[in-house]
Amino acid sequence: MSTTEPAIALSGLRKTFGAVEAVAGIDLEIADGEFFSMLGPSGSGKTTVLRMIAGFELPTAGTVWLSGRDVTRQAPYERDVNTVFQDYALFPHLSVLENVEYGLKVRKVARRERRARAEAALESVRLPGFGGRKPSAMSGGQRQRVALARALVNRPRVLLLDEPLGALDLKLREQMQVELKQIQRDVGITFVFVTHDQDEALTMSDRVAVFDSGRIAQVGTPEEVYEHPATPFVAGFVGTSNLLRGDAARQLIGREGTFSVRPEKIELTEGAGNGTVAEVIYAGPVTRFVVDLDAGARMVVVEQNRRTGKSTLSQMRGKRVQLTWQDEHVIEIGVNHAS
Amino acid sequence: MTLSPSARWALRAVMALGLFFIYVPLLLVLVNSFNGDRTFGWPPHDFTTRWWTAAWNNGGARDALWTSVKAGLGATAIALVLGTMIAFAVQRYKFFGRDTVSLLVVLPIALPGIVTGIALDSAWRSVIAPLGLGKGLFSVVVGHATFCVVTVYNNVLARLRRSGVSFEEASADLGASPGQTFRYITFPMIRSALLAGGLLAFALSFDEIIVTTFTAGPGIQTLPIWIFNNLFRPNQAPVVNVVAAVLIVLSVLPVWLAQRVAGPEAGASRT
Repeated sequence: MSTTEPAIALSGLRKTFGAVEAVAGIDLEIADGEFFSMLGPSGSGKTTVLRMIAGFELPTAGTVWLSGRDVTRQAPYERDVNTVFQDYALFPHLSVLENVEYGLKVRKVARRERRARAEAALESVRLPGFGGRKPSAMSGGQRQRVALARALVNRPRVLLLDEPLGALDLKLREQMQVELKQIQRDVGITFVFVTHDQDEALTMSDRVAVFDSGRIAQVGTPEEVYEHPATPFVAGFVGTSNLLRGDAARQLIGREGTFSVRPEKIELTEGAGNGTVAEVIYAGPVTRFVVDLDAGARMVVVEQNRRTGKSTLSQMRGKRVQLTWQDEHVIEIGVNHAS
Repeated sequence: MTLSPSARWALRAVMALGLFFIYVPLLLVLVNSFNGDRTFGWPPHDFTTRWWTAAWNNGGARDALWTSVKAGLGATAIALVLGTMIAFAVQRYKFFGRDTVSLLVVLPIALPGIVTGIALDSAWRSVIAPLGLGKGLFSVVVGHATFCVVTVYNNVLARLRRSGVSFEEASADLGASPGQTFRYITFPMIRSALLAGGLLAFALSFDEIIVTTFTAGPGIQTLPIWIFNNLFRPNQAPVVNVVAAVLIVLSVLPVWLAQRVAGPEAGASRT
């Protein structure tokens, strides 16, 4: 945060595997101390970008800078970054403590110091006293934290996380999201977090880059990305999009263009209206209604389950309804309202 | 799968018969090495350790044993180095002709020993001997190494397939140089595969006779060859029995060890 150089800068980054272009030209700057997420479906190139920052893949073209230094051709062990791998990659033949102190050991830190630092790192991820165990004797969530401690103990400038929560169940994942964010604030290290989970990206990040077919479709704060998606792809991938285009746009918005209204911004009232309920999906706290508009668009509406009186949910299917929304909640895609 | 009782009995009988024909003759050799009768009259009448003493004092047998050990160690050493290197190349890198290399490495174990033997013999005569390196112990070592490489290669390859590259990437990511990664991560993970492959290689070399016949230089006699040469000399027969008994024990040992070493870890691919 104090230095003027960005922690990571990528310029013109490309990577092809045979005939497949996995990364098709990325320009990006990530500030020091930022919690930055790379969000995208599998195969969108986000993990390849991460692996090029770590040094596991050599870019076909382009440059990787770490704190202003060109590291494009440097080996992984020459770079001041550490990675938390998707499968954790804890060394099975070493104990948890030996795993955590590995980075210090290969850098020739004296035995006593590295023991102390490794134990402190285990404490910081709430695993004190687990050092003697083998990784195989730990649960998924614990292994994940060991992997985090193993990376953080080296005090890297940048920590890369490759879908580190993917293997955990929902409850644990939500808990780890909070913990990760806390740890990042405590240590002040730049986190680059790769995920295909939009909730994860939105809840944890300072900024998000949305990847689409090897390119960055949009970079912005979670709010910008969600409220003002730059492309139909972003609108669809981050949240549910409810796209209005062509005829439907002309009739409902009154203008040419591609528009989107988020499901939670739409009001649904029964009675003669502008659409028919096609599907009702009960999801605990909320219910999702799929409504076919007469204007020729299919919209998803999310409603808190606070209905009283009116028809029961199962009776709603096939009913005529009126959908209404505020003008300010209409997103015109491709037009940036953010700045 | 459930089988009818009669089928189960039939299978048991076949298994017993198979094991009988494999192990009873071996047992016979062991018993006969203590048989007091020079012509191995059956059943044995008296017990003696005479032949064991005679074998111990037999200079030819002892020299042959020593030669076999040297050849086995030499072939195993070559197999360990080359087998490991090829396994790494094939498993970790993509290159032109990779599958061919893999096939060429495995082929010698399937090739009839007599073919390997003849080929090596003529190669040695026409190519290597003119360069000033005649046949001797070294040519035996090379001959054995051709098929010993396979055992190490297969063991290491299987281990590498299971462990993948992520551990090595993690090690490099944590700042370890390639040398450190090999020392702290890769080697410990393939150590038991190397041991298992090496023991099998030694066992293969130790009882090899055909390739040895064609590649041994003058005066080089491995133990199996010594046995073969002495088998039909009536006064040597009891000593041959003792040596065979020793060989049985010596060959069972490494195979048993290799299985124990490879066994417990083979099933568990832990992360």
